[in-house]
Amino acid sequence: MSTGATERLSRLLAMVPYLVGRQGIPLAEAAAEFGITERQLVKDLELLFVCGTPGHLPDDLIEAEWGDGHVYLGNADPIARPLRLGVDESLALLVGLRALADVPGLHDRDALERTLAKLEAAAGESAAASAQVSVEVGEQVGPLAEVRAALAGRRRLHLTYFVPSRDETTERDVDPMRVLMVDGRWYLEGWCHRAEEVRLFRMDRVEAVTVLDVPAQVPDAAAGRDLGEGLFQPSPEDTVVTLELGPAAHWVVDYYPVESVDRLPNDRLLVRLRAADDRWLRTLALRLGGAARVLDPPELAAAVARRAEEALAAYAGT
Amino acid sequence: MSAQKTERLLNLVICLLSTRQFLAKEQIRTAVPQYAECATDEAFDRMFERDKEELRDMGIPLETGGNDAWFDDEVGYRVDRAAYAVPEVRFEPDELAVLGLASRVWQQASLAAPASRALLKLKADGIEPDGSSLVGIEPRVRTSEPSFEAVYAAVRDRRAISFPYRTSGTGPPRVRHLEPWGIVSRHGRWYVVGHDRDRGATRVFRLSRIAGSVSPIGPAGEVIVPDGIDIRAQVVALVPPQLSGRAVLCARPGCCLALRRRAVATRRAGDGWDELTVPFGDAEVLAEEVAGFGPDVRVVDPPAVRDAVVRRLRGALAGSAETLAAVRP
Repeated sequence: MSTGATERLSRLLAMVPYLVGRQGIPLAEAAAEFGITERQLVKDLELLFVCGTPGHLPDDLIEAEWGDGHVYLGNADPIARPLRLGVDESLALLVGLRALADVPGLHDRDALERTLAKLEAAAGESAAASAQVSVEVGEQVGPLAEVRAALAGRRRLHLTYFVPSRDETTERDVDPMRVLMVDGRWYLEGWCHRAEEVRLFRMDRVEAVTVLDVPAQVPDAAAGRDLGEGLFQPSPEDTVVTLELGPAAHWVVDYYPVESVDRLPNDRLLVRLRAADDRWLRTLALRLGGAARVLDPPELAAAVARRAEEALAAYAGT
Repeated sequence: MSAQKTERLLNLVICLLSTRQFLAKEQIRTAVPQYAECATDEAFDRMFERDKEELRDMGIPLETGGNDAWFDDEVGYRVDRAAYAVPEVRFEPDELAVLGLASRVWQQASLAAPASRALLKLKADGIEPDGSSLVGIEPRVRTSEPSFEAVYAAVRDRRAISFPYRTSGTGPPRVRHLEPWGIVSRHGRWYVVGHDRDRGATRVFRLSRIAGSVSPIGPAGEVIVPDGIDIRAQVVALVPPQLSGRAVLCARPGCCLALRRRAVATRRAGDGWDELTVPFGDAEVLAEEVAGFGPDVRVVDPPAVRDAVVRRLRGALAGSAETLAAVRP
């Protein structure tokens, strides 16, 4: 991996052609494009300003101006074309495009195929390694066509939506914002009129959908989620539960966002887990019966015991 | 310090791109101000050698050669301008919009920086993305596994690796030796596929089960990926077996919706409950789900599923009783 200096050089070599092609671009916009602060961008421009062709007389140096908040760049001919794509760069885009192309039920593939062909040409040799990396998109897209139609036409949707943690289906109106695939699953993100907030709906749990003849009205303040930490967003009201997992229940650590894991003797794990829904925790403890037990809170252990006892009664005679 | 180095490298790139002639080392030393400041020849030599390597590592096509074919004169350097730049491929606004979506696939992952830099390079000639019919569809992949970087680098560089690996069952992690062929993200998890040197066979490993650091055990370029290997198919082969079994379950009215959604037949049972016929592959997997519904469902058939549910319920009861006995004085 590259050091700080080469990382910055890579950015500068990408930045110069970009800015040369966009004279007068606002500082803030350029900084956002490069994912850096305006302050950092100014530092980059200050550095460019003292570099140039051999001789390093004023005429040889790169010209950079940003005094009025707009960036102008000139006299940078030798590096005015971007450096060819590196292996990581080609691979990231090619694998991303192939993932898009795999989305089930897309009919508008024209732009996608044109882009893929051009990118392969632009990538040249660096494209080879991309065959070794694959991102599978989920197959359970649910009513993707209807949801896309609503997104394109900015219309409201009515959903019949299944909530397994509460073992019920719900009816609600949703103004769609985007369709996301995260961790192999598809979600509709939208403004839910029932909850009066932005919610994510798993597409494979949408039982029925109607595109309503009502314009979607997503409040201006409604923001999509930052998915950096995944879909699970801890909240202070969550129940924190401590479980002891035997070997047959170790998979829990791979599947759920656990807060901490400690090793115990005999290959047992002590795990802290957070959940918004007590019913979900109770269900998990019943599923793991024999392979794990609830250590805390005791109320949860008591609820699990009650449910198990009642369920076992049905088998008493068999 | 780092800013000075960036400045020096940038001047070196510009210098080597502006020349058609091969430049001798001494010419480069005078042309790049930061080299001219070097106190000794040795200091300059060391610095120049390192810088050359770093530029090559960045993918800059730095060539060596002589200007005169007849004399074996001193070796010189330049950057091949044609090979330096991205080929002149013009992307239309809708194509750039599609590329934008593709780059955001990695937004939450370690390839995010290369993806966005690549996009900026392709947008360099001033065209703005616009108007893709795919906007609004956003596949995302995450690389939260700590071992991703190292495994990805090994796959890219075709380098054999070793790592401690925890299997699903019991026991401490064991060190495995792998010639990696590819990595696949499936259902939100990353897998690496390759030739397992310990087993002498093709194996798939889940990155989240790598329980320590990944070490290269061979030179780059050594691993040969077999022709026609489908890395995805190798991972898909891990999915659960076919749903060939049928279980009969009685569910409380209005409950167990997840089971009802999969039922191939539903009829009213004598006691007002519903009798569901649910396909399943593995009795233990179904039993786990059924046990979660507690008293809202009971298994009629087959006995293997019923016994597995009863075992889990008894286990849950015993485990909870143990906890409660410990907290109550």
